Amino acid sequence: MKDNIPCRKAITDSLLSEGKLNRDLFVVTSDARGSVTLDEFAKELPEQFVEVGIAEQNAVGIGAGLALGGKNVFVCGPASFYSARCLEQVKVDVAYSGTNVKIIGVSGGISYGALGATHHSLHDIAVMRTFPGLNVYLPSDRFQAAWLTMYLCHHEQSAYVRVGRNAIPDIYSETESFEPGKAKILKRGKDVAIVATGETVHHALEASKLLEKENISPMVIDMFSIKPFDDEAIIHAAQETGRMITVEEHSIFGGLGGAVAEITSQHCPIRLKILGIPDENAVHGNSLEVFAHYRLDAHGIYQQTMEFLKQQGKITQ
Amino acid sequence: MLSKMKELEKIATEIRQTVLQNIASAGGGHTGGSLSSVDILVALYFHSMKIDPEHPEWKERDRFILSKGHSVESYHAVLSRRGFFSREILETYGRYNSILAGHPTRKVPGIELNSGALGHGLSVGVGLALAAKRSGAAYTTYVLTGDGEHGEGSLMEAAAAAGHYRLDNLVSIIDRNGLQISGHTEDVMAIENLEAKYRACGWSVKECNGNQMKEVVDILDTAPFEKERPSLIIAHTTKGKGVSFIENRANWHHRVPSEEELKQAMKELKQ
Repeated sequence: MKDNIPCRKAITDSLLSEGKLNRDLFVVTSDARGSVTLDEFAKELPEQFVEVGIAEQNAVGIGAGLALGGKNVFVCGPASFYSARCLEQVKVDVAYSGTNVKIIGVSGGISYGALGATHHSLHDIAVMRTFPGLNVYLPSDRFQAAWLTMYLCHHEQSAYVRVGRNAIPDIYSETESFEPGKAKILKRGKDVAIVATGETVHHALEASKLLEKENISPMVIDMFSIKPFDDEAIIHAAQETGRMITVEEHSIFGGLGGAVAEITSQHCPIRLKILGIPDENAVHGNSLEVFAHYRLDAHGIYQQTMEFLKQQGKITQ
Repeated sequence: MLSKMKELEKIATEIRQTVLQNIASAGGGHTGGSLSSVDILVALYFHSMKIDPEHPEWKERDRFILSKGHSVESYHAVLSRRGFFSREILETYGRYNSILAGHPTRKVPGIELNSGALGHGLSVGVGLALAAKRSGAAYTTYVLTGDGEHGEGSLMEAAAAAGHYRLDNLVSIIDRNGLQISGHTEDVMAIENLEAKYRACGWSVKECNGNQMKEVVDILDTAPFEKERPSLIIAHTTKGKGVSFIENRANWHHRVPSEEELKQAMKELKQ
């Protein structure tokens, strides 16, 4: 863990190595080269780097224009601003126009916990996944962030990627396979399926270990691809376990939980519990403190799963 | 040269007739702004722009973005007349499942960007021009904005970036007809001084009568106006140009002519 790089750095390292091979790979940012970790890219590939100043609407519009001019474009900056300030440009110039632009939203969710709700993006999954033609990804560790970036470097599409700010523990290793658009089953189990995305995958996995100590057999799924959404994996998991818990660093409205509910309620109704940030402006603190406050850390997920299973009569104590 | 100018003027008159017929038959459209922009579009598509309607995706083509996407009726009519798609397709406008929407979309041959939400097109134009600069491509990017559209602050973000990156391969034209849906631009929310605003961002600015074909053609011929500066043309136009009872009336922003009004308009346009 101590040597881990944040997902945003895994993304920019991949962009730099691919950018050296492909001169049509362009990066656009809005005075966020430091927070995105783009200093090296800007220095080494200045002809493929576009700074627009503090102007997210312009960044996305220019990105769309560069894409129409034949470039593979990554527009990078804080998720809080790219999922709100320039939402119409994302909707029209990127998604509706079908331009080859990937929006990389860094320091997403409550990464900037102490800075307040202006800097939180707890609505981004909900809005982004409703735009036709826009794919949405939340990688869960540095390896997946790098694989996803390499994939996006070689495929034309409109996409929104959200990662956090801090280094997080590894879920995968270098030898793991990466299948775009598919859920990753991290653990098979029969009592309950815990479906997580982004940084919460790690906490879900840790929670599953605590549950196992109570003789509960949890399934754990990494739903890093919010769109395309792997309906089949969710249906199978629902059929196998009969109950499901979703975990996300997002509002409880319209995010991963909403997406899972849409599928399960129509195809295989089960008991579902949605864990996330309630309908309030999140408490201030660092990521771990905020996660703990809303019981989205390992212990909190464990507790909420136990409560859920008790309600179901699955366990008695 | 005179005959070429007459030819362009004739095309513009016919486009105006087509625009009105299409809006009447579809039962909807943006009449005033479409008519004000006709001469600019005809000058671009029949004189200035390097394009090949047979190959709309030709790499070296000049690019055009209609930022004031609601003037789509004149845009569609010009593209069709120029050979990007047939008259039959043009006549499907307003019908169920037509490829022609009430704002531009890339489904239509020749259209580069889905537009219609205001204040977007100049940024996209900056991106296109910057892509050309960085890869040594020779195409010119043209953008047509509305004057009321300048209420959107994002246009000034784009103007700053165009000046900053010294995009002399970018030509923006403002259809300065003076009216927006609620009235005169300066009464609704003053946008002047447009020339000073763009100059402050590093643009080279010229003005012309945007409904005088020769003036439009001549000014486009001189672009880029200065090396290392984007060019802005403030084209003074008349909203609803060509039809006496539509001209300069804000309520014709998206009013549809009745059968009688259409007859009268066609008569005036023939004169």
